[in-house]
Amino acid sequence: MSVIYILIAISLVLAGVFLVSFFQAVKHGQFDDDHTPGIRVLFEDEVIKTTNNQK
Amino acid sequence: MNTMPETPEITLEQANKLSCYHCGDVCNKGTTLVYQNKPFCCEGCKTVFDLLDQNGMCTYYDFENNPGITIKTRDFKHRFDYLDNPDVIEKLIDFSDGKICKISFYIPAIHCTSCIWLLENLHKLEPGVVSSEVNFLKKTASFTYDLSLISLKKLVELISSVGYEPEITLDQTSDKKIHSDRSFIYKIGVAGFCFGNIMLFSFPEYFHLDDVIDPGFRPFFGYLNLILALPVLLYSGSGYFISAYTGLKQRIVNIDVPLSLGIAVMFIRSSYEIISGTGAGFMDALAGLVFFLLIGKWFQNRSYKALSFERDYKSYFPLSVTRIENNKEVSCTIDSLKEGDIILVRNNELIPADAILLDGHAYIDYSFVTGESQLVFKKSGDKLFAGGKQTGGIIRLQLLKTVSQSYLTSLWNHEVFQKKTSLHLSSRTNKVSKYFTLIVLIIALSAAGYWMWVDSSKALNAFTAVLIITCPCALALTVPFTFGNSLRIMGRNHLYLKNADIIEEMAKIDVIVFDKTGTITHPESGKVVYEGDALSNKELKIIKTAVQSSTHPLSKSIEKFLNVEAIYPHPEVIEHPGKGLECMGVKIGSYVFTTGQIQQEDVDFTASDVHVSVNGLYKGRFRIQNVYREGLKELVGRLKQRYQIHILSGDNDGERKNLEQLFGTDTPLRFRQTPEMKLQYIQQLQQKGYHVMMLGDGLNDAGALKQSNVGFAVTGKNGTFFPACDGMLRSDSLIKLDALMQQAVKSMDTVKYSFIISLTYNVIGLSFAVRSALEPVIAAILMPISSVSVIAFTVLLTSWFARKLKL
Repeated sequence: MSVIYILIAISLVLAGVFLVSFFQAVKHGQFDDDHTPGIRVLFEDEVIKTTNNQK
Repeated sequence: MNTMPETPEITLEQANKLSCYHCGDVCNKGTTLVYQNKPFCCEGCKTVFDLLDQNGMCTYYDFENNPGITIKTRDFKHRFDYLDNPDVIEKLIDFSDGKICKISFYIPAIHCTSCIWLLENLHKLEPGVVSSEVNFLKKTASFTYDLSLISLKKLVELISSVGYEPEITLDQTSDKKIHSDRSFIYKIGVAGFCFGNIMLFSFPEYFHLDDVIDPGFRPFFGYLNLILALPVLLYSGSGYFISAYTGLKQRIVNIDVPLSLGIAVMFIRSSYEIISGTGAGFMDALAGLVFFLLIGKWFQNRSYKALSFERDYKSYFPLSVTRIENNKEVSCTIDSLKEGDIILVRNNELIPADAILLDGHAYIDYSFVTGESQLVFKKSGDKLFAGGKQTGGIIRLQLLKTVSQSYLTSLWNHEVFQKKTSLHLSSRTNKVSKYFTLIVLIIALSAAGYWMWVDSSKALNAFTAVLIITCPCALALTVPFTFGNSLRIMGRNHLYLKNADIIEEMAKIDVIVFDKTGTITHPESGKVVYEGDALSNKELKIIKTAVQSSTHPLSKSIEKFLNVEAIYPHPEVIEHPGKGLECMGVKIGSYVFTTGQIQQEDVDFTASDVHVSVNGLYKGRFRIQNVYREGLKELVGRLKQRYQIHILSGDNDGERKNLEQLFGTDTPLRFRQTPEMKLQYIQQLQQKGYHVMMLGDGLNDAGALKQSNVGFAVTGKNGTFFPACDGMLRSDSLIKLDALMQQAVKSMDTVKYSFIISLTYNVIGLSFAVRSALEPVIAAILMPISSVSVIAFTVLLTSWFARKLKL
């Protein structure tokens, strides 16, 4: 059971990595706007439209 | 290939009833045109459509119907000249390396998906724009552009020309706001991380596994919890300690005092238990508590993002002003203005600082400052105050003070714009927390005292247990979540409140006062029709000049209707109150005023007539329709069940019969009310002990709105913000007024119920604590449960009420 010490240490380190990446994401402004990216996803990539194209 | 049937050609006549393809406004006679078989209400809309069409950007119209924005003035010739000034540029841009520049703007016109699409695809219109990004909730857009291809001024002209004119003001410091938001998110992240891990490591303790596993693990987990709890205590929870300390320094016991006390006691007792090996401590409850509290605060802050009522005077002033230096007109920033500077102020521009009028015709509109919209005529040598708006030609002023020293700033900070607030819930929460702390201490001491007597080993245990478990977190969480959710619901229904305390005020209202023009009348009204002999262009111009200097609602309707320019410099206009206006031989007003004879015809009750005579010869009349909003009668019926209704109108009493029909003959109607009279009327009602709500269109009612307990400005699509109002109600949401008021009342009920629930939890918790039987697992269960259930209860209940009210 003493392997638990190692396991917990590893899990803490892993969780810490996620925490740090969370901080990085915040620092890069990912959470500054949580509404607009959702709308942006729905924009389609533009297909070059000629005047003959009908929707 | 073309499977769609040919759409029939639209004629101009047909187009006149349709909505503009671009902006959705109804096409009016005179400016409608048809282009590519689509109706447009004006040249401006058609131009934008054309621009998009030629660049293959008609996807703009695919996301929403009529997403465009009508542009009021298309003349940008000198509007943005000040953006060529390098000082101004430096102030505004976020970043520049000489070639690439980055700048962000607040663009109030952003309102839908199409707006986002267009602004983010701006690079297709203009290759100088490298990229752009919109933040929808904040209504900001940031642009990265290539300096060698486009200048800042051209960029602003471009986005203005498609309808998205940015609001460029003095107060452009947005940096600190972002950093404080971010540090908040960090705190939540840390608290959440530690909370989760501490709970995980507390499992052996919960399940009493120390008999099963190696007892050596207990201290291991204990110390882990201790270490994990440190960042929660010192970083995430620091805000509460600081707030409690500052409050206590000023001898105020706010809600953060018992909170901090609880957190501190939890930490101290837990550390003691862990280090001495006598127990497992309450670190999990501690971390959980801080985590939930922070979430509560975050939720509350979220509601306010899009609406910043937190603007001080600076955000109303323009960024730059034309100054005369060495006989040349130079654009300069507003804070570089000094005493003695000579500046030019044009039509519709704001006077930036107290000054003396040198020359020009000054008709100043001080409604912004005082609520008085009566134009004040000033002559050379008179003193003009900051905040006034010039309506007329160009005037030259010499500054007496700098911008910040001026009367306006002191006025703004004066109680004139600060409402006297009765005890609000947030301060009521503080009052409750004072008693709360006291009672908790008393209970704790009595419990300790009891155990000292019976079994002294349990005394300290009981004392600290009481302090830990009696969590005022329900108090601290109830208000932000209840009001936060209600604010969100109201915002969804287009009622935007200044802050959460307004909800409490709304629940206390017993009298509602309506302004007539623009509030209960449809915005389409003020529809003007001219009957009579044709008027020459010159005559129309004279009429326009005359009505422009009058603030009477009928004048404003005619002013909007006439599509000509007024005459500058303003010739003399004489206003005869109650009769009409006279200017350069043209008389407009009542029949008796314009012709000298009493009218013979029946007076038409649905229209207000403004007659015109030129040099004594009767020409015709403007007929102005009063169209009342749909659903008004039913709304009034519903409102009357709970509230007293009053109507104040600046108009004459031609509408009396109509109003009596809609509102009933028992509703007090007052006509010919000046802004002052409206204010006094509200004051009188308040003196009788009523809580008054006022609904107005903001312009003529600023004083009354200020005076009332709750003042809502009823606005059109793009609301203009008035500092005097407590909230903005979009005009098409007016019929929901009764439901919105009920929502406020129900929110207060929710708060009451929630307090009761929290009290129940505390009693349950106390029953364990005073018996000195509080185990960590109990605290760990009880506290998160009470927090979560309070959150869930308040949010669900307010949403349920909203659903019942059909909001």
